[in-house]
Amino acid sequence: MENQIDLTVDGGRRTLSVDTRTTLLDALRETLGVTSPKKGCDHGQCGACTVLLDGRRVTSCLTFAVAQDGSEVVTADGVHDGDDLHPVQEALVEHDGFQCGYCTPGQVCSAIGMLDEAKAGWPSHVTEDLRAGIELDEEEIRERMSGNLCRCGAYTGIVAALAEVARGETGRGTDEEARA
Amino acid sequence: MNPFDYERASDARGAVAAVAARPDAQFLGGGTNLVDHMKLGVAQPGMLVDVTRLPFDSVEARPEGGVRVGGMMRNSELAADPLIREWYPVLAQALLAGASGQLRNLATTGGNLLQRTRCPYFQDLTTPCNKREPGSGCSALHGWNRDHAVLGGSSECVAVHPSDLAVALTALDAVVRLQSPGHDRGLPVHSLYKLPEDDPSHDTVLEHGELITAVDLPEASPHTRSAYRKVRDRASFAFALSSVAAVVEVADGVVQSARIALGGVATVPWRASRAEEVLRGAPATEETFRAAADAELEAAEPLRHNEFKVALTRNTIVAVLRDLAAAEEGSG
Repeated sequence: MENQIDLTVDGGRRTLSVDTRTTLLDALRETLGVTSPKKGCDHGQCGACTVLLDGRRVTSCLTFAVAQDGSEVVTADGVHDGDDLHPVQEALVEHDGFQCGYCTPGQVCSAIGMLDEAKAGWPSHVTEDLRAGIELDEEEIRERMSGNLCRCGAYTGIVAALAEVARGETGRGTDEEARA
Repeated sequence: MNPFDYERASDARGAVAAVAARPDAQFLGGGTNLVDHMKLGVAQPGMLVDVTRLPFDSVEARPEGGVRVGGMMRNSELAADPLIREWYPVLAQALLAGASGQLRNLATTGGNLLQRTRCPYFQDLTTPCNKREPGSGCSALHGWNRDHAVLGGSSECVAVHPSDLAVALTALDAVVRLQSPGHDRGLPVHSLYKLPEDDPSHDTVLEHGELITAVDLPEASPHTRSAYRKVRDRASFAFALSSVAAVVEVADGVVQSARIALGGVATVPWRASRAEEVLRGAPATEETFRAAADAELEAAEPLRHNEFKVALTRNTIVAVLRDLAAAEEGSG
């Protein structure tokens, strides 16, 4: 059953017709040709399809496109600032945070969402005191990124990259900071 | 996947009427379980009524005490809510122990409570399963049953209830608010779920078309402490092998009150009332905690591959109670 929906994808307004069965991931990749979110497991377990949906990281394979009519989607292809990579992307390059690259767009979106959540003071499973602030140490980063698998095993580089961004060593704020 | 109609609900009454009118209609929340099950062919709704935009997405302190949690509130936001973190740590910890950050951003309160078992046979259309296809048999009973229930099972089904949130809410004596095709009602979480007995196909006592609009948490006493501990095969992003939610008050070395629920080991979020009986009024000692755990687990009926869950659960109950009692002493 076809439905017409509107999405904002990486800053551009898109109108498209989708079958109700089409996931947001398939609408992005197959209908709109936005191939940065990847299809890994297609069951929400690997995180390769992670995008920012109205500012929050989600697995785009587990939501129907029709249910996101009117939403704003940002993929790893839309987080850069002009010619400059996003600090998360820059740090991943710097720290060897990927090998084959298939999981990387999902890692990038998940990391940006994760940094934002930590900034908002959201606790995690490993946060000792639920009422205190968050310090994004290695343990916190690993727990918060556990929804993104990397079969090449680039985790060490990913953690180092995100720890650096969390410490603000790139000397540039994230998009979220700029907006705040 | 079968074709289906989609409707975005603009008010709760209309959403309930739309689902009630069609036997093949279902509510759509975050979709993290339902969409997956539609891909697998486990769920085949002919119509989805999307309730995620309904205005039940906040935590509110209630004038009569306690708080009301909106049924459409995302798991991540609920876990981060200051009222929940301050007064109901068992609830925040249970949510944070579940799924991944991406999934918690989608999953709703109501949807989490109504998620279905991850029993591999339930999710595999090629194998018999009484929950999916009544009368076809249970593949787990004599199959690979390491992850299955040691409490509350029957000869028809031994599938484990997967929710962490439901376990915490059971220990908190929370009440589910329902908008219904007939009369709206409230239902204690522990009466929401039904044991499989001879019909495992229905996980809950909900009527078709009933919508969870909120969950009410009773007022938290400043004297109680609570915690959720989950044991799993890996450190993060996995279902429970065993979990314990406990809400306990200890004063002068004596357990004044104790509410305990177990996850990962039973066909429903399991209220450990036998353990609670042993604890009430008893000295807060290791010996009491062990006796309480033993009393609850006496009824355990392990299967071929999950005998270990009994000892694991005993140790986890004792560890959680020990920690809560120690925290009490430390604060006194």
